[in-house]
Formats: sequence, C-alpha cells, structure tokens
Amino acid sequence: MAGGEEPVAVPQPPAPARSGRFRRRTGLARADARVAYFLITPAVLVVIALVVFPFLWNAALSLQRVRLIDLRSVDFLTTDVTTRNFSRVTGTRDFWTVIKTTFIYTILGTILSIGMGLWAALIMQKAFRGRTVVRGLMLFPYVAPVIAVAFAWKMMLNPTFGIANEWQSNLGLPRVDYLGRRDFVLGLGPWHLTLPLALGAVILFEGWRYFPFAYLFLLARIQAIPEDLNEAALVDGATISQRFFYVTLPQLRPVLAVLFLLRFIFTFNKFDDVFLLTGGAAGTQVVSTKVIDWLLGRADVGSAAALSLVLAGFLVLFVIVYFAIGAGKDTSQ
Amino acid sequence: MTRAEFEERLFGVLKWISIAFFLVITVFPLIYIISLSFKPISELLQDPGNLFPSWKQITSFESYRAVLRPEDQGGQGFQVFIRNSLQVSLVTVATTLTVGVMAAYAVARLDFFGRRTVNLGIIIIYLFPAIVIAIPLFVLFSRIGLRSSLVSLMVVYLAQSLPVALYMLRNYFETIPIELEEAGMIDGLSRLGVIRRVTIPLAAPSIAATGLFVFMIAWNEFLYALLFVLDNRSLWTISLGVQQLDSIEVPRTLLMAGSVIISIPVILLFFIAERFMTQGLTAGGVKG
Repeated sequence: MAGGEEPVAVPQPPAPARSGRFRRRTGLARADARVAYFLITPAVLVVIALVVFPFLWNAALSLQRVRLIDLRSVDFLTTDVTTRNFSRVTGTRDFWTVIKTTFIYTILGTILSIGMGLWAALIMQKAFRGRTVVRGLMLFPYVAPVIAVAFAWKMMLNPTFGIANEWQSNLGLPRVDYLGRRDFVLGLGPWHLTLPLALGAVILFEGWRYFPFAYLFLLARIQAIPEDLNEAALVDGATISQRFFYVTLPQLRPVLAVLFLLRFIFTFNKFDDVFLLTGGAAGTQVVSTKVIDWLLGRADVGSAAALSLVLAGFLVLFVIVYFAIGAGKDTSQ
Repeated sequence: MTRAEFEERLFGVLKWISIAFFLVITVFPLIYIISLSFKPISELLQDPGNLFPSWKQITSFESYRAVLRPEDQGGQGFQVFIRNSLQVSLVTVATTLTVGVMAAYAVARLDFFGRRTVNLGIIIIYLFPAIVIAIPLFVLFSRIGLRSSLVSLMVVYLAQSLPVALYMLRNYFETIPIELEEAGMIDGLSRLGVIRRVTIPLAAPSIAATGLFVFMIAWNEFLYALLFVLDNRSLWTISLGVQQLDSIEVPRTLLMAGSVIISIPVILLFFIAERFMTQGLTAGGVKG
C-alpha cells in the first residue's frame, strides 16, 4: 500500500506468526520479560475472573436446574446434569422465529449502517465551509447514551403525541404505532405486501445509530487513497460515478469486509437497543432480549444460560470467520 | 452536456442535499428531546406539533426540578442516581487506567513469551459482548452476596472497559519514540522508572483521553445496572433511573429531561473537543 496512509484502527486480527525468528536473550531482555509479567498480571487476572471463568461456567449452568428463587441455596457443584434447559429453550414455539428475527435484524441493520456510513463518508471527503461542525455532529448518534437516543426515537414515534404521527395526521394519513405493531400491510391496488413494522423501525434505528462508526473508518480510508489514482482516472476521462466504482470502491473493499463482520458481531449480540425500543414485543424479540426474558421474566436461570450459550456459539463462529478473513487479507498483501 | 458534466452537476447538488439530510437526522432527535424537556406535559398532549417552549417555560426548568428533587419531596430522586453513576464511573476510570496502562505498556514495548497470545486476547475480549457472560456474572454476584451493590458494578465495568482501554493505550504507547525511553535507561532508570518518569508523563494526554472514553462507557452502561441493582432504588445509576421513568405514571416530559441529563457529559465533550472525540473513536474508543 502507498505511503502516507493514516492508520485505520478498525480492530484487525493480528498478523500471522512469523515463525522461525530466534532472538538471543540478553540479561536486559530477561529482566524486561519479568517486568512484563508483573505488568500484565492484573489485567490477565481480571479477564480470567470476569470473562473467561464466567464464559466457561455458563456452560455448566446451562446443564443445571437453577431457578431464580433458589440461587442462594442451589449446589453449583452438583453432578446432577440435565439437557432439559436446551430442550426447553429450543422447544418453545418462537425459538426459530427469534433466531430468524435476529438474523434479519443483524444483516439489514449492518448493511444499512455501513451503507449510510459510506454515503456520509463520500459527501464529507472534500473540504467545505462548516465541515468540521458537521463532522462532529455526525458522530452524535453513535456516542450519545443509548438510553437518551432510544427514548428520543420512542417519543418521536409515539402514536398519540409523537412528532412523526403528528405530521402524518396533518397530512391526512392515519396514525401508526410504529414500535407497537408487528405488521404493516401495504396495499398497492390488488397487491398486498405485509412488512414487519416494529422490526423495520428497530432496523432503521440501528442504521441511524451506527452509521457514524462505518463513516469514521471509511472516511479515514478514503482520504488515504493516493491522489494520483484519482488524477489518473480523471485524465482518462472517468466520471464521478466511474471513479467511485473503479477507483474508490476497490480500495475500500478490505475495510468494508472487516467493518461488515465487526458490525455483524456487535449487532448480533445487541441488547440495549431492542430492549429499550420495544422490549422485544411486536415481532422484535432477538436472542439477547430473549436471554434476559428467561432470566427476569421467567426466573429460569438454567434456561437463560442455555440460550446465552447458543448466542455464544454463534459468536464463536463469527469470530472464527473474522480471523479467517483477516488472515486471508494479510497474506494477500 | 457530456456525461462527465452531467454527473458533476448532479452530484454537486446531491451532495448538499445529502449533507442537509445527515444534519437533520443527527441533530433533530437531540433538539426534539431538549425542547420537549422544557414543555409542560399538558401542552405536549394538547399540541404535540409545537416544538418551541416559551421563554418562561425554559427558565422554569420544571421537568428538571421534578426529576432532580428527592423522592420524599415528590421528585424522582435523580441526585442520588447521578451521585451513584459518578462514583461508579470514576472508580472504573481509576482501576481501568491503572490495570490498562500497566498491561498496555507491556504489550506495546516489552518482549515476553506469550505476548502474541495477550495481543490476540485483547481483540477477542474486545469483540466479546456483555450479554454472553451476563447470566454467570449475575449468578456469581448473587451467590457471594455482592450483587445488589455499587461495588459489583465497579468490578463488572472494569472488565467491560478494560479491552477498550488496552486497545487505545497500546496504540498510543507504540507511538512514543523508543529513543526517549532508551535515554532514560542510559541515565540509570530501571524499566519501571522509565514507565513512571518518561512514558506516563509523555502519554498523559492520551491516557486522559482513554479515561474519558472509559468514563462514558461506565456512565452509559445499562444492562448490568438493570441486572444488578434494579431491586434497590437507592443504588440505581443514571441510565437505570432514566429507563425507569419510562412508565405510564411518569409524564413523558420528565423522561425527556432525564434523557437530556444523561447526555450532558457527551454533549459537553462535543463542544469542548470535537477533534479529540473523532480521534478517540477512530482509535477504538467505543465498543458495540
């Protein structure tokens, strides 16, 4: 890649090991290694105690009968294991619906946020009056507390006094409970198209909230594209759209791939957004909100653990894909 | 008109339309909650389309007073929630930075067996969502009797923000010229002495920046607050407090005031340091 490139800090999988590199250990290096172990110990302990151990213990919990009320008395070291939690979790009528909803929400939310991010990055690439202000404001949806923006949306979409419905009814359109209604039937003459309404609204929120994430990384990458590439295309008489498709887009492809996976992983596990907007009602129940529903709504700890293990299974799969793609990209360079 | 000229003109126009579009969609929700937070609920119900509160309504701060007033005086008791959130967030910043600076330095600068594994671990836990380990942590803290406490939140937030801090700090430390550290060692400082007297002072602005992002993670966190302290109102954090305003018994305008209050730190940062926000975010300052 050309020099003078700004570092794009999308978390990248590490480069493959450079094996066969030997280094003679001097006294200083040995002392440094000792210091290093001392320095990383607290962090490693925190991660083991609060990430690795819970992750593994989750598997054990998912095989036990634990109800919320007997948390204090239950024997966690029991050998009395059961797979009933899994059959209970996967046996509910809505299990496959929830999985399907999660994938629809994740895929469309990811595509929408990256699409909007790319669009925003393209219009912001050249300087104009007030760009600094606009650039800062565009980060707002992403950095604002999820609580505040979720309730802003909930309020705007409120069926009785939300601004969206107010404007709509001024135009003579019927009021719609965007976050409370499952389906919206679109009638086009003889055809009827049933669209998921609440889920659509949640996906729109997702695109709105996370486009700045994609925008930041894409803008950094766009500005790092060597100027002579664009100039050469210009000399050849390429139009704006041609320069986009034949110069910019190919340059962005690796960042787009990493962004897609990253957003996919984050969105797949998203809890706050859906929970705050709809509480999982009206056809928006996703796996993460269902986990909390098992825990708090049905007071069934074992089943909640079982379902979150299912979620973790998907996550592990996606992370493997992430590293596979990242590693493949590394060798190609 | 050639195709090039046509596109030049078309995209020239589209660009400004797009900029206006993005400005509206990002700024409007913010203006909307601020303006509703100043309106009395009766007026909102009567005329939801009117977004402009009168000067008298603005200066009365009625919804804000109602939200901040202690519960025994008929308010929502937000002063307590703000204090709780401040406590939890500041402790989280202190512990995360201490643990994070130590580990990030080792990974950025020192050669040791297992460094690659630690590097890999940072990315994996960065990708790790809170929901996947929420159930076992809930059980663990319930069992040891710590669940309904601010300490439990401080501990969990340390784990939540550590990957972000490690990720940012590692990148910052790598940019400090190694010659400065070598000069320190030649002058007789030990490695720990170099860290304390050379690296940390040089990286102070970056460490402060990381601290601000950690603060925001803890300040905004919702899931663990819901799981751990919901049953004890005196322990609610601000995010939980705002979410609990979302009930039919509370006027919507109070919910809007709460939403504005929780956003104040972020909005302030925007006005003070837009550039810094951009750089921090590009350095991986938020997870999710």
